Parts: sequence; structure tokens; C-alpha cells
Amino acid sequence: MLKYLFAKEKDIPGGSAALFFGFSCLMWFIVGTGLGSFNAAKLAFPDWFTHSYLLQFGHMRQVHVHTVIFGWIVGAFAASAMYIVPALGNTKLWSEKLGVWNCMLWNIGLMLALSTLWGGLTSGREYSDFIWPIDLYIVIFMVTPLFTNIFMTILHRRTQGIYTTNWFFAGSFFMLIVILLIGNAPEFFHLTGLNEAYMTWWFAHNVLGLLITPVAAAITYYIVPKVTGNPLYSHRVGHLHFWSIVVFYSTPAAHHLMSSPLPEWLKSFASVEGVLILVPAIAYVCNILLTMQGRWSMFVENVELKYTITGVLLAIPLNMQGGFQQTRAINWYVHGTGWIVAHAHLALLGFSTFAEAAAIYYGLQTLLRRKLYSLSLANFHFWMLLIGFSLYWVSMTIAGLIQGAAKIYEVPYLDVVIAEHPYMIVRWLGGTLVFLGNIVWLWNMYMTAKHGNKIEKGVLPHQVAYVR
Amino acid sequence: MGFREYRIGSILFGVALSSSMMITIYFPGLDISSVSSTSIALEKQLTYGKNSSFDYGDPFVQGKDKPIKVLLKKDPITGATMDDTNAYVFKPGTSLPSGLVHEHIMGAKVQALSVSLGKTNQVDESKGGVFLVQSSVKDGVETPYIEFATATRGWTVEATLAAADQQMLAGSGKTMFVREGCWWCHTLLPEETHDWQSFGRPPVVGDFNGESPTTFGSDRKAPDLLHVGSRNSSKEWMMMHFFNPRLVQPHSIMPRYDYLWGETDKQGNKIDLAKWDEEFNAYREGTRVYPPEVPEYRDDTEIRMLIDFVLNLK
Repeated sequence: MLKYLFAKEKDIPGGSAALFFGFSCLMWFIVGTGLGSFNAAKLAFPDWFTHSYLLQFGHMRQVHVHTVIFGWIVGAFAASAMYIVPALGNTKLWSEKLGVWNCMLWNIGLMLALSTLWGGLTSGREYSDFIWPIDLYIVIFMVTPLFTNIFMTILHRRTQGIYTTNWFFAGSFFMLIVILLIGNAPEFFHLTGLNEAYMTWWFAHNVLGLLITPVAAAITYYIVPKVTGNPLYSHRVGHLHFWSIVVFYSTPAAHHLMSSPLPEWLKSFASVEGVLILVPAIAYVCNILLTMQGRWSMFVENVELKYTITGVLLAIPLNMQGGFQQTRAINWYVHGTGWIVAHAHLALLGFSTFAEAAAIYYGLQTLLRRKLYSLSLANFHFWMLLIGFSLYWVSMTIAGLIQGAAKIYEVPYLDVVIAEHPYMIVRWLGGTLVFLGNIVWLWNMYMTAKHGNKIEKGVLPHQVAYVR
Repeated sequence: MGFREYRIGSILFGVALSSSMMITIYFPGLDISSVSSTSIALEKQLTYGKNSSFDYGDPFVQGKDKPIKVLLKKDPITGATMDDTNAYVFKPGTSLPSGLVHEHIMGAKVQALSVSLGKTNQVDESKGGVFLVQSSVKDGVETPYIEFATATRGWTVEATLAAADQQMLAGSGKTMFVREGCWWCHTLLPEETHDWQSFGRPPVVGDFNGESPTTFGSDRKAPDLLHVGSRNSSKEWMMMHFFNPRLVQPHSIMPRYDYLWGETDKQGNKIDLAKWDEEFNAYREGTRVYPPEVPEYRDDTEIRMLIDFVLNLK
């Protein structure tokens, strides 16, 4: 892949950038979930690997979070966008060369960012932990080239309209630049006090709500109609989804700080807006599930749809939790407990990861023009991911409820730690299953690239039968 | 873009996003910035200095470029006895906190008093100085302010440090708290609804002016620490607990911070962690009656900063 960095644009085969991104995000996913599993082990067995600065929980936790977000999730978004947007525009990627450079700068940037963070260089702000020089690098060398490439591809499309998926890709990557620049303003300009605290969560909320959720949805808007052959159930409802994301999802940042001394009007406003995120959520889930009409057997038979629809189904509890857990009536009970950790993993490891996994499975087969090496391994990976995630989610939800009860009955904290211990072990087991499943996945994709059956021109991967 | 709808859509997108930011950033920013500091906010600024994470003054996050909090029992210049007083010593070149550099951080009244009574307009970062938190009562309303004691009382940095009964590196310690990720499990935010009994008074709006980062923490896997110094003020307990939490709390899941002790202990002996572990395991298995001694830390170690910070959380 590196040989294309200095090749002429016309000499770079189409799809190189997407392929490069696809495999690198797979690798980051393995690193990220491995770190997650290691961190979980430290919470269950605190005397495991001691005396070490680098292997201490407080130094590794944020590295796990950012490896998964920027390495896996956003990397998978870039890979998906770079093959879906040209496909939907009936054109080529605006610049493959920019895409290949973008991927290389992405990986270099991540290595820089994660190693500085791991070494203790932090801004001390959750989700915007990177120090500001790294934040600037992310904006200038990682996100802006991605947005430019995608946006120019949409401008140079050879179709009349712009399909729903592409509204989200263009809108979200643009908003990501805005969020990174404004959300890190406290560091650029040394803003302090409650402003800094609030802006920290403004960033965290919007990076999830305006990037990860909508782009994961955008992927499913492509995969489901493409694989089932059904047209999208309703473009109008798609419009409702898009516009209500922009209007409602961008405003409830303060609901992450319901128990802090922020102005009360701000908390009430954020809480109401927080419930309104059910509008895009319900519009989206209904739209996709209705698109499946008459093709539900494919949920079982087709591995890409299995991932996609599982993701969409997980979006239902995700949004129900998300809409209501931030209201004052519920938030005081679950705030700061394992419930929230479970919810965050439902969003990133449940809904979003399943959607992206589908896009990567489908995309790599399309780009390589090779059929998946092993369906059994893909199914094995699916169940490792689903069972691992479920163990994690259920155990952390229960742990969170225990913690919430202990919080209001003022139980001495050490008793909570003792009560949570079994759930911490289950959490570690779940995370480890996900990690092991991902190794199998990488191997399966590697074998697909090397030995998968060739797909002829004019045929899509899901139209070819499995022979193995 | 080809279609009129797309032009309109792009404009609407801009309008929606900017009004959203107007409501969620500009208005809250105006409101929060108008809040007046409490004395807690002033103490925090003077204790923690400019910034407790990555910064020009401390690019490797080692707790450099921070003030020293000292306890005075006598006037450093005259030597006259006085009530226990906390003073905040900024050595020459130490970065000043936002409240002393920018006019709109502390709140209008606090700022005006700090200038008129506290003479903070004479502060010079390159010369350093000594600061106090004072308050003035006017018409029954108590307003805190910062006094620049170097200007008002002639307390120099050297004289104050020499007269100090106790020096606390709580500012450097907060950097350790941020870097070591203590706040991933310990919150610094008792919740308004139900934490009064266990963890004490929740903070109020004016408690944060000028502090950065605030490290509220979001995932409480361990007790809140905002007032921990009032619940437990034993340095010996902290020392044992940081070295190996299982020494004092057998069920704790906190990591060990023994690596913050550095190579040698206070007496200059090399710290042998492997041997300590062996003895501790023997104690846990019951083949040894007493646990091994925790080495005393040197005064220039990172653990000293961290313990000073925790004990200072009153």
C-alpha cells in the first residue's frame, strides 16, 4: 500500500484507500479490545501486573477508549465512506492518493496520540484527553482530508440526487471538524472552571451524537437496501432522522453533568432535548426495520445483514436508555455508576460496532473482489461479539443498579466494591470474548484477501454462494 | 450542488448548527462566566496554579511550575505570633492562575476588592510572591478576595518559606491526580441529591472559577474524594494505602502506586519491591505475623505531592 503514496493518481487502483483503512481499523480494533480486556482484568484482579507505571489502570483506560474510538470506529467510518460514497455517486473517489495519505497520516497520528497519552501526557479531560498539539494534528491531518475527499466525491457524483447515507457522511465529517475545534477550545485558549467542565462534555456528547451514532446509521442505510434489494422504506422519514439529529442531538450536552452545579435552566433544557433524541432514534429504527419487509429470512442467512440488523435492534434499548436515563428522575440513581459504562458500551460496542463490522465485511469483499473465506468463522465471530458484549452489558448494568442502590442507602463504599466483584469478573470475560473473536475476524479477512474465491465483474459479494 | 433543495438544505444546516451552538455554548458561557468566585475557588486557584495537566510550564506533566501552600504560625517578617494562616508561595517564574492574569475570571466584586484591598494589580510573574485568601464584610455580605501579601505586608518568597511550619505541594499533587488517572474512579463531585452524609457538601457554582481541569470524574468506582482530608487526615494511613491498598483495605481494587516512591526511601536505602511483595504474600498467607514496613518517602517524590494533594482536600 505504501508504494501508492508517491504514485500518480491514475496508477492507483480504485478502492486502495478504503482497503488500507479497512485493514488498519481491524488491527486497531484488536489492540483496543485487547486493552479493554486487560483493563477489565485489572478491575477484577487488582494485583495483576503491579509496580509498573505504564501498566497501571489509570494510564491505560483512556488509551483503550481512544484506540477504539479513533482507531476502530472512526477508522471504519473512513473505510466505509471511501467505498460507499463513490458507489452511491456512481463515480470514483475524488482522490485515491489523498485517501492513501490520509490513512497513513491517520495511523501515524494515532500512534503519536496514543503513546503520548499512555505516557501520561494528558489534558485531564474525559474524551478530549489528547493534548492540544495532538488535537490540532487530528483536525488538520486526519479529519480534514477525510472530509474533503468525501465531500468532493459527493460534489463530483454522476447521479442526480444525494442518497440518505451521503447526507450523513458529509454532514457528520463536517461537524466533526467543528466539534474538534470548538470542543478543544478550553485547551487552545485555556478556558477554566465550569466553562471548561461543561465544554468537556459538550465535546464528548457531540462526538458521540453527531459523529458515531449518525454515521453508524448511515452505514446501515446503505447495507440494508443494498443486500436485501428492497428500496429504503421512506426517504421522508430519512429526512426526519437527519434533521432531528442536527437539531435535537446537538443540544443536550449538559445532561452529562446533571449532578454538577451548572445553571439549572441549562440542565432542564438539556434534559428536555435529551428526551427529544427519541425522534431521530425512532424514525431511524422504524425506517430500517420496515425496509426489511419480506426479507427477514436474510437476517439469519446473510452474515452482513445479521450484523447490521443486530446493530439496529441494539439501537432500540440504546435510545430508550439514552432518552430517559438523563432525566432528573432517573439520573440521580444511575449517574456515575456501571449503568453508564454499560450504556456507553451498548452505543459503541453494541449498535455502532455491529453496523461497522457489517460495512467492513461487505466492503472488504467488494474491494478485494473476493468472496469471504469462511462463513463459519464469520458466524463464530458474530457470536463471540454478541455473547461477549451481552455478558459485558448485563453484568455492568446489574453492577450499576447495585451501585445506585448503595449510593442512595449510603452503604459504605467498600461493601459496594465487594458486591461488584463477581460482575467485574464477568465483564472481563465478556471483553476477552470480544477480543478473541476479533483475532479470528482479522485472520478470516486476511485469508479472504489471499484465498477467497474470486468474484466476477458485475456481481456483488452477497450474490455469490458460499462454497466452503 | 445541482438542486435548489440542496442549497436551501445547506443554508438550513448552517442555521440549525449555529443556533444550536448559540444556545449550548454562547448563552451558558455568558451565564457561567458571570458567576462570582467563592473563597474555595480562590483557594483552589492559589493552591493549584495555572493548570494541572499538559501545559507550557509542565509539558511532561510532572507537577512542575506549581505554587507551594504553607502554614504560618508567625509573621515571616516581624516574627510576631499570629493565628494559623495558609499562604500560597509562587516562586519567581511560576505561572499565575487565570484569576490573577485575566480580569473576568473571579467575578466583578471579587476582582475589584482584590485590586483595591489586595493590591493584586502589582503582581509580577517573573518576581513571584506570596498570596493570602481574605474576606471583607460590607452591608452584611461577605466577599472573598485575594491579598498580594508581598505588596501589602512585605512578605517575600524566601522569608515566607523560611518561616513556614509546613509546606504542602498540593498543586503539584493535583497534577499527579490528573496524570495517574485517580479521577477515572474517584469523583470530586458529591452529588446534590444524596451524597451529603457519605461524602459531604456538594460544590456550588462559584467553587470552580479559574480551575483547570476540574476533573469531576464520571464513573465512580471508588469513594468521592472532594472532602476526604476531613474524613481521614492521617499521612501514615495514606502512605500505606497508596503503597498497597490491600494493606489497609483487603477488598480494595485500587492499583498500587508503589512506583511513585522512586528508587530509594527517605533514609537513602534502595526500595526492593520484589522482596516487599514476597513478605506481604507471606503475611497474607499467614506465615508471617506482621506485614512488611512501608518505606518512608523522600520529600522530592511524586507520592509526596499526591499525598499532600489528597490531605489538602478538606
